[in-house]
Formats: sequence, C-alpha cells, structure tokens
Amino acid sequence: MSEKKIATRDSYGAALVECAEHDSEIVVLDADLAAATKTGMFKKAHPDRFIDCGIAECNMMGVAAGLAASGKKVFASTFAMFAAGRAFEIVRNSIGYPHLPVKICATHAGISVGEDGASHQCCEDIALMRAIPGMTVINPSDDVETKAAIRALVDFDGPAYVRLGRLAVPVINDNESYHFEIGKGVQLKDGSDVTILATGLMVAPALEAAKTLEAEGISARVINIHTIKPLDGDIIRKAAEETGLLVTVEEHNVMGGFGSAVSEFCSENCPIRVVKIGVNDTFGQSGPAAELLDVYGLNAQNIVDTVKRAVSEKK
Amino acid sequence: MDQNLKKELQILACNARMGIINGVHSAKSGHPGGSLSCVDTLTYLYHCVMRHDPKNPKWADRDRLVLSKGHCAPALYAVLANEGYFDKEMLLTLRHVGSFLQGHPEMKKTPGIDMSTGSLGQGISAACGMAMAAKLSNKDTRVFAVMGDGEIEEGMAWEAFMFASHYKLNNLTVVIDYNGLQIDGRLSEVCSPEPIPQKLEAFGFNTIVIDGHNFEEIEAAFENAKTSDKPTAIIQKTVKGKGVSFMEDNVSWHGSAPNDEQYAVAMEELSAALAELEGQA
Repeated sequence: MSEKKIATRDSYGAALVECAEHDSEIVVLDADLAAATKTGMFKKAHPDRFIDCGIAECNMMGVAAGLAASGKKVFASTFAMFAAGRAFEIVRNSIGYPHLPVKICATHAGISVGEDGASHQCCEDIALMRAIPGMTVINPSDDVETKAAIRALVDFDGPAYVRLGRLAVPVINDNESYHFEIGKGVQLKDGSDVTILATGLMVAPALEAAKTLEAEGISARVINIHTIKPLDGDIIRKAAEETGLLVTVEEHNVMGGFGSAVSEFCSENCPIRVVKIGVNDTFGQSGPAAELLDVYGLNAQNIVDTVKRAVSEKK
Repeated sequence: MDQNLKKELQILACNARMGIINGVHSAKSGHPGGSLSCVDTLTYLYHCVMRHDPKNPKWADRDRLVLSKGHCAPALYAVLANEGYFDKEMLLTLRHVGSFLQGHPEMKKTPGIDMSTGSLGQGISAACGMAMAAKLSNKDTRVFAVMGDGEIEEGMAWEAFMFASHYKLNNLTVVIDYNGLQIDGRLSEVCSPEPIPQKLEAFGFNTIVIDGHNFEEIEAAFENAKTSDKPTAIIQKTVKGKGVSFMEDNVSWHGSAPNDEQYAVAMEELSAALAELEGQA
C-alpha cells in the first residue's frame, strides 16, 4: 500500500479520458455536476461527446437509454443520491428492463460525502441497484480498481452501476499481480480464524484491522469484493468453509446492501454466521468525512473490536 | 394528398383498428381508447414517413419511433403487423403468457419496437437520446415520439422538452395525442396541463395543431417538421375511441376490454366502415 490517496471520482474522470482517446463511440452525460463527479475532465478533452443534461437526472437516464439503444457507449454521472435514488424508476424501466448498456457512474456515495449532510449521503444505492434484474453493481476500493473497472465496462454488454466516492482514499492495489475481473473477488490476505469481506473504501481499513488482529493472535483473511452483483459465490463459500466466520464491511446501510447480499448467499449455500458492519439503519449528518466515518464505526478500530467479539463468540 | 394514397391509409388504419379490438378482446384487458385515437398517425408514419425495413427491424440506419404512451401498444402492434413485421394472427396473443406482444412495448421481444416504454414520461427522454445519437454520428436519422396528453403531466416530460430545445434536436418530432381524456376523467378536470400548444411553444418547439384523424393535415404537419430548425411538436386533436361509436370520447374505455357482445358490435361497425372504404376504392 502506498502513501498516495486519490478519490475514486478522480480516477473515474481520468479513466474516461483515457478510454475515449481510442474509442470514438464513448459519450458521457452529467446533470450539472461535472466539476464534482469529474466528468469535467472528459468534457475538457472531448467537448463534442459530453452532454450536460442540466439538473434533470430522470431525463438524463432516459437520454442515456436512447443513446445506448442507438449504439453509443454511454456513461452517465451524478451523485449516488440522484442516480440511484431520484432516477430509480427510470433506471429500472428504461435501462434495466431493456438491458441497455448504460454505465451509471455515481459519485458522492455514502457517509463520506461529509459536510453536505444526510440529504446527500446516499447509503441506500447498493440496495436499490442490486434489486434491478440484470444490473451489475461495482464498488471499487481505490484508484487502480476504479480505472480497471471503467476500462472493463466500456464494451460490457449490459447495464452497470459503479459506486464512487468524494473522499480521497489510499491506493491499495498498485502492485503487478493485481487483476480485475467483473464478478471476481480479490483475496488480499490469507487467514484462518475469520474472513473480513470488505467493499469500496472500507477495504483499506479492513486490511489495517487485519494487521492489528494478527498482532493480537487472530488470523483474519481479507477479501475485497468489488462486484456486489453478480456476487463471487465461490470465494465467499471457500472463506466460509475454511474460516467459519464472516464479517462484512461497507459504507452503506446494513439493510439491503453488501452485507445483506453476502447473508443471502450464505443462508442458501453455506449457512454460517455473518456479522455486518455498516451504517446501522440511520441517516447521516454534517461533518468532515474522516470524523463521520469514525462516528458511524466505519474504521479499522471498530472492525478490530467487532471481529474480536465475533471470534470470541465462535463455537 | 393523393386521393388513392388517402384511401389506402384509411383502409390500413381501419384494419389496424380491427387489430386493436381483436387484441384487446382476446387479452380481456388493455387500452383501446387511446390506441384508437393515435392509430391514424402511427399508420401514416410507418407507411409514408419513416425509413424502416420490416425484413430488417434492427437496421442501424432506420428512423426510430418511441411510443411514449406505451399503454397504447395495441395500436403500434396492429400497425407493425400491417407493415409486415409479423403475422396479424399474432395480435390475438396480446398480453398472453409467453407472447412477444407484452402489455406495454418491449424492444427486446418484439420486432419493430425501438424502445421499451410504459412508464409515462420516459419514452420522450429516450427519443431525445436517439435524436442526439444521430446528431453525434452525423446521421440523417429521424426520431418520432408519440405521447399522450395526460402523459405530459409527468414532470420528466418537461425536462425532456427543455433538453430537445436546448440541443436543437430538429430531427425529433413529438406527437401529442390530444384526446382530452385520462383515466380519472377530462384533462381539464383532473390536473390540466393545458394550454398545451402555448406551453410547447414556450419550451422552444415548432408547434403545429392539427386534426389527428385527417390524413391531409397529418401529412402537412410532418412535411412542415422536416424543414424546421427546432424540434417539432404536433399537437393532434383526436377522439378517444375513434371508430367505435360507443367508445368515442368515453373515458370508461381508457383501459377496459369489450365483452363478447360489445366486441361483436365494434367489429361490425369497423367491418362496415372497411367495406364502404373498399367499395369506393
């Protein structure tokens, strides 16, 4: 892990510019938030293929569907609150139902939006998007993974939702062995007592927690699940069978999100205790992002405490 | 308008009306009223205006039609059958399990359907996207969106109108089927979006008001749309249930199917109309 910190929204903007250099069919849409979502980087490089839809997210999703139905490779961006929340029904009916290849890249997801407060802190988007049949849901953990995901999605033939953040997060995947594949989890550390399944910006604190736990005699496996749908059942089942306890970590409501997806999988395929760390069914509040993550228990210390408690309760 | 063409269109539209009634009667559900009000324009578009090929429904350079008032799918299906996209017998499978004729249009199932619609206010946005795609690719593709008058009560429709106007999508023609009725009653009594032409004019559209059952006026409107430097809105005054006497301008036929007795009367009326048209041909 390097000392560098980059917000995944910045990685997204850079990846769009890079991909569009050799693909003239890529079109990018935004809803008056290009500076914040970083599609502004694409707008600067390719103004002829950038469409600002104004503050009208529902229309933007419909326009995206029409462009995709005409063969364009469409990326549509706004904040998660508006992409998954406000425009949900358009995403469901105009993109999901006809299975059109629109890539919805939503930034400012989760509590780490910070000072703007609860109205803008979307902790329900994973739940909403994964409930749409055929929707791929990707929650990258860092700069490297975000860029890899965007590259993989350019020619991906189906709708996808990519969850991106405002806050700069550590770069954890900058190594030669890193390989991204939609739907495949990445084991970052082996362990035998417990498996921490983390997604998005919670992968870095999960790794940090595992180190602390190791020092305290608990061997924790850490797996990065960047694709929440389709879920990598193989890697989860193996972890369940080999470590006997799963702890999920996400910056999202514990209801309906990543932890719920893992629980659903396990209850049917490999019944086991799944302890969920996330936002505990509450709205957020204003404050600096780093402080808020602490307030809501989205940090390495809470992962350490929760894992220790769960391991001690293990039969 | 050439009088032979006019007769041909009237016969096609009458056949399509019979297809609508057949389908809705077979399904025991569906939306005959609005289907009957927009079927003349759909007939004209597919027969005289649009560049399309029933033998190659996915032809990349075809013109596009989005039935934004997706509940009037029976009209679109009947017109597509008239044009040879599929056998007319298939209309009897409307809304049946396993049929490719869904209650609302589904682009991945039905040959000739360019966009899945049904949730009101959304199709117009997709049509804007299609028109924009043509502009980005420097293609002369034209895009047609058929909307309901009640449908424009959806706020998203006005987001799309702003978009079309801002991006000068003059390859987009929006038809507003102004039959004056929505499920709960008259537009003017429910939550009126009127005055419709003035509002579209204010939103930057080339606005034309016509009688939507008069092929001469329909032809003139689409000819006018071709030369506009703005998107065009054709507000067509129509009669909900047009062609079946007991359904005309009667809100109870918005979303209900005729029983066997009513079906027989409707088909008798349409058959008589067809015989009269063919007799004159």
